[in-house]
Amino acid sequence: MSQRFTLNVNGKQHTVEADPDMPLLYALRNDLSLNNPHFGCGLAQCGACTVHLDGQPIRSCVTAMSAVGAAKITTLAGLGTPEKPHPLQTAYVQEEVPQCGYCINGWIMTAASLLETKKKPSDAEIKEALSGLKCRCGTHMAILRAVKRASEMMG
Amino acid sequence: MTKMDKLSAFSRRSVLKGAGALVVSIGMPVGLDTVLAVNSAAAQGAKPPLVPNELDSYIAINADGSVSAFFGKMDMGQGLFTAIGQMVAEELDVPFERVTVIMGDTATSVNQGGASGSTGVQMGGKQMRAAAAEARRVLVDMAAAKFGVPTEQITVADGICRVGAGNDDAARSVSYAELIGGKYFNTQLDWNKQIGNLLYAPGKAKPKDFKDHKIVGKPLPRADIAPKVFCTEDFCTDVRVPGMMHGRMIRPPVAGSVPAKVDEASIKDIPGAKVVREQGFLGVLAEKEWDAIQAAQKLKVEWTEVKPPFPTTAEIYDHIRKADVRKRQEEKPVGNVEEAFRSAARVIEAEYEWPFQSHACMGPACAVVDVKDDKITCWTGSQKSHFVRDGIADTLGVPAAKVHAIWVTGPGSYGRSDADDAAMDAAVLSKAVGRPVRVQYMREEGTGWDPKGPASIHRARAAIDASGQVTAYDFLSKAFSRVDVNTNGSKPHDTLAGHFRGVPLNSGDGFGVPAESYEFTHKRMAWETIPPLLDRASPLRSSHLRDPVGPQIHFASESFMDEVAAALNLDPVELRLRHVKNPRDIAVIKAAAEKSGWQSRPSPRRDQTGNKVSGRGIAYAQRNGTRVAIVAEVDIDRQTGKIWARKFTVAHDCGQIINPKQLKTTIEGNIVQGVSRTLWEEVQFDNKAVTSVDWTSYPILDITETPETIDVVLINHPEIEPTGAGEPSIRPVAAAIANAIFDATGVRIRRVPFSPERVKSSLAAAEGGVKRG
Repeated sequence: MSQRFTLNVNGKQHTVEADPDMPLLYALRNDLSLNNPHFGCGLAQCGACTVHLDGQPIRSCVTAMSAVGAAKITTLAGLGTPEKPHPLQTAYVQEEVPQCGYCINGWIMTAASLLETKKKPSDAEIKEALSGLKCRCGTHMAILRAVKRASEMMG
Repeated sequence: MTKMDKLSAFSRRSVLKGAGALVVSIGMPVGLDTVLAVNSAAAQGAKPPLVPNELDSYIAINADGSVSAFFGKMDMGQGLFTAIGQMVAEELDVPFERVTVIMGDTATSVNQGGASGSTGVQMGGKQMRAAAAEARRVLVDMAAAKFGVPTEQITVADGICRVGAGNDDAARSVSYAELIGGKYFNTQLDWNKQIGNLLYAPGKAKPKDFKDHKIVGKPLPRADIAPKVFCTEDFCTDVRVPGMMHGRMIRPPVAGSVPAKVDEASIKDIPGAKVVREQGFLGVLAEKEWDAIQAAQKLKVEWTEVKPPFPTTAEIYDHIRKADVRKRQEEKPVGNVEEAFRSAARVIEAEYEWPFQSHACMGPACAVVDVKDDKITCWTGSQKSHFVRDGIADTLGVPAAKVHAIWVTGPGSYGRSDADDAAMDAAVLSKAVGRPVRVQYMREEGTGWDPKGPASIHRARAAIDASGQVTAYDFLSKAFSRVDVNTNGSKPHDTLAGHFRGVPLNSGDGFGVPAESYEFTHKRMAWETIPPLLDRASPLRSSHLRDPVGPQIHFASESFMDEVAAALNLDPVELRLRHVKNPRDIAVIKAAAEKSGWQSRPSPRRDQTGNKVSGRGIAYAQRNGTRVAIVAEVDIDRQTGKIWARKFTVAHDCGQIINPKQLKTTIEGNIVQGVSRTLWEEVQFDNKAVTSVDWTSYPILDITETPETIDVVLINHPEIEPTGAGEPSIRPVAAAIANAIFDATGVRIRRVPFSPERVKSSLAAAEGGVKRG
């Protein structure tokens, strides 16, 4: 049966009626019309649906509505804007990373979390943190350049 | 300039064209001579129909002086539209920023074939370049008439025509916008009567000499990056229309079976859930997406009993070997191969195997279709929207003119993926429920039911004479056709919706031969196709996957060249240079070798002991005029069998380079995807169904396995018309890696993928052989 949930997304409160078992992804996309998290697999295997829950990257395609609680949700659109971009977004634009761009949420949201905890990660640490995410266009080289660049920008 | 500026671009076009863009008014056909005679009068004419022989079908000068370039191909994320914008701006003499490239909308562009065969610049760009040059010629004529001077006296800069160079006299200058902004050229082009990739319709104008290029060749940035990074671009998955339902498809658990009994009561608790069933076609719909997913999972279906149609993954190569040949084709045989082998002092032979591979797009396909009585609208991620329009028309039995297909960026596209199938499924569902329907497949359909790159075996042999010279070369592929379903969804027999609704598969014949310029006294290259495994909806039907049949053929042919080199104790580069005759081919091979620091010596190297060993390998290929040579440097852990393809050096010659920056990242993507397909990718199946249905069962390259370095050497030939770059560099990747593994270990692996298990067992088998020997 449907229940009422209050979601805190990108600093705004929203009320959603949903099945408690429904993954958060569908509430973000369909009820709140936030298109940035994407459906890639529904199995937590690719990262296209990644958002932050209290700053931690999670796969919204397998996170049930009932598990979200009062946690603060941040999507890629909430990470930064063209006027006030996150350094990773700036670096992504400068390095022209995406090809199709469908995978972008996983990489940026996961890298953002990494750079929060470790300002100057080594190449190996970056790869380890991003391991498991998928990019089918093969933009891996550019992703690594952009994360390095963002890390340098963050001083 | 942003390609995603669709709505505003569309509005501008609508304004420009008066009535809605879907209305095709058939104006009086105007002959070329008439148009040229009346010049500016033509610019006042009525809106011409959207047909290939009208200049207005490609180029519009808007009232504000901006330029719309209507492109019947589209960019799959490699920056093609940037290159097209550069080519158009160059020919028109307008700033690059002033050009908007509007792609893949059947209401605003003619069918230039969509994304197809790396022809975006090669053929699509050639046409856009010709059209823009013609537009400039007409505009210069108009300016000359206005000032009463010969056209030779008109110069153009930044979209302003002046009498004489550098004349600042406002009375003697006029802008494109003033000449024709918001109006039509009504200029006829000399169309070759082809649609698709081959469409070519030049005007009287000749495009510029390459020496005059100022915008072409510049590393200009893509305008779609920021919208993707800041989430202001919509993907086709994000399209929502009022009243839309969500659909999901139900596929049979055993390929070939159809629903015998569907228990609609099993989903009665799901609000608004509906079932649509037409013969084998079975889908569910609901108001909410999650409900549609639940309905697809909960719907109870009894399926007809059928004999499991497939061999298993392990049996597939035996199946190919034993299968009847449906078609054989030899290409350009030279000399007498059979005789040469009869008189050979020595024969080198090898056989190679390549598995079925999946597009496995980043997201499973999605489409939204709105079937109304008077018109049908489809939003699709298919890379061939004009053919999707035709496919929907055929599937629903309506004229193509009633269907409007709009391409919106999809979740990746590398050929004839599941995107065309999703569009047809959504069309059938929308027609059935009388409402707009959005279908997005689940992951298991995206990987399990997309059309597959065909599995193949390849036999190569070389005849060596007593002096150690290669006298004859014989190469044969035996494989599933590359086109069980066609490369687009324009016919019901090419889509799952068609198959499930009773139209049989109509498998065509096609494969290919190595593309290179090796010269031998006797040479034969041939292919043989075998029938598909199933004559209806099949998760193992084949179609085009990035560089269709290129990776498999050149894995075999370029591995074999290395085997010949090793057998003759020759350096692999030296052997190639002895027989490759085309100067541009020689140049890429030399460039890759030199840049990589290639040391001339035969493979394998014999100076390594211990668990971790390294090697280098080269491979080269042509593709429709482009040529690529790749040196791979790999590290191998002999104990785990794990390969790290650590470094690639790629020399790439595609004639004139339009945008070196986008070219370089396109090549990087090709290499990484190529490494993935070489090391990991293999469709798994049992006799009933495909069993590799997600990222665990169909693994691709992980970022921890990414090469450390990809060095790209771009060889620019501005004097040569540009050829494709979207696919050529994926072609030699597998052979370069295989050759590097051989160099490191002395072990030749002839079956892709080089998974750790396969590498380990190959090394163990070789060791065992040595010990036994």
